[in-house]
Amino acid sequence: MQQIIYFFQKFKYFLFFLLLECIALFLIFNNLNFHKSKFVNSANSITGSLNTSLSNFSDYIELKSKNELLSEENTKLRNQLEKNRFLLSKDSSIIDTANYSQKYTFTHAKIINNNYSKQFNFLTIDKGESAKINSEMAVINSLGIIGITENTSENYTRVQSILNKNSKINARLKGNSTYFGTLKWNSEDYNTVQLHDIPRQAPLKIGDTIETGGKSTIFPEGIPIGTVSKINKRNTANSKIDVSLFNDMSNLRNVYIIKNLHKIEIQSLEKMGNE
Amino acid sequence: MNKSIYQILFFLFLLFLQVIVLNNINFLGYINPYLYIAFIFLYPLEENKFPLLFFSFILGISIDFFSDSGGVHAFSTLFIAYTRLFFVRIYFRKIPSDYPFFKLKSEPIGKVFNFLVTLTLIHHFIYFSLANFSFQNFSIVFLNTLYSSVFTLILFFLGTYIFKKNK
Repeated sequence: MQQIIYFFQKFKYFLFFLLLECIALFLIFNNLNFHKSKFVNSANSITGSLNTSLSNFSDYIELKSKNELLSEENTKLRNQLEKNRFLLSKDSSIIDTANYSQKYTFTHAKIINNNYSKQFNFLTIDKGESAKINSEMAVINSLGIIGITENTSENYTRVQSILNKNSKINARLKGNSTYFGTLKWNSEDYNTVQLHDIPRQAPLKIGDTIETGGKSTIFPEGIPIGTVSKINKRNTANSKIDVSLFNDMSNLRNVYIIKNLHKIEIQSLEKMGNE
Repeated sequence: MNKSIYQILFFLFLLFLQVIVLNNINFLGYINPYLYIAFIFLYPLEENKFPLLFFSFILGISIDFFSDSGGVHAFSTLFIAYTRLFFVRIYFRKIPSDYPFFKLKSEPIGKVFNFLVTLTLIHHFIYFSLANFSFQNFSIVFLNTLYSSVFTLILFFLGTYIFKKNK
């Protein structure tokens, strides 16, 4: 018994050190896991409010360029609206008054914290559970995809960026073909992501557009991602393609969060098949 | 009493300097200084290690909260806080009775430089390898360690130079 007490006396600093290091390691491992990263993240009220006040300050500096971007998007949406109106008026024999079957809802939010220089990057946005935002919803802006929501608190949400080594997103070639692959990031350049597992027979050219494939319940199909910037010469089965992003991931402010209203229905159906 | 208030203010100053300014520098795209480890360089030497270990853990974990990195900062900061006395013994040849009179300013600059470079390199290397969390891309880890250490040390020496002049 005395020896045990003596042991603790002698190594008390080392034991305290080990205890704290174990706590830190535990937090690191938890942070790498998508569903368990609840303890240390920037979606809590203290860090959230500080980041909000900081981004309020930096908003003024970037006001001009952001305004340009928003007005650009407005024009694009107006154009789309006009196109739809034209189509509807042409086909006037069908009057569909009961068409409320909306599949996606959009919520807008502002990024208050953005990482892009690490291997596992996250963003924080200023909307949370009070705005009906949950885990695993798509985050995009007018130029392309940004990430997937992960942790939510009352007023803030942490987003797993596409620049995260854990991120996997279904993507396809734009056009008539429906060849699809998985979008990952190799943590080297924040302007380039990699498209894995695209079939060998897919007709690829440099400059082709890559968009989301719509084969997951998170992203709707057809959201732009980037253009093909490098194709491997030996087009083998495990070849990957470099995709340069439309978004400048180091310069983001206004985003949209997309909620899939049919998600539970689709997931319950897919679960049934597995049993 | 006065000294502990000074330490707490210094702690808060370094924390907010790191999360508000230094984490957003991203020089050449990815190089950030981690100046908050100056807290460990300048914390007075004591026989009792508990306060330093505890404070360095809290400092690391608070920075982790802001930068979404799990416990990576806490782990690496705690490590150099624990090994600091060992390096003080190696470089400056101090015995425990010298600790209350020890000051970095009054030591020869060459020894201080070696001491700081060793601690900074250890901290940054642990930080970047844990942030990377795989055995791939190890060249990036080494390069990041080197660049960020140079950046941190330049800032630290500039900072101490400026505050010395004011007195």
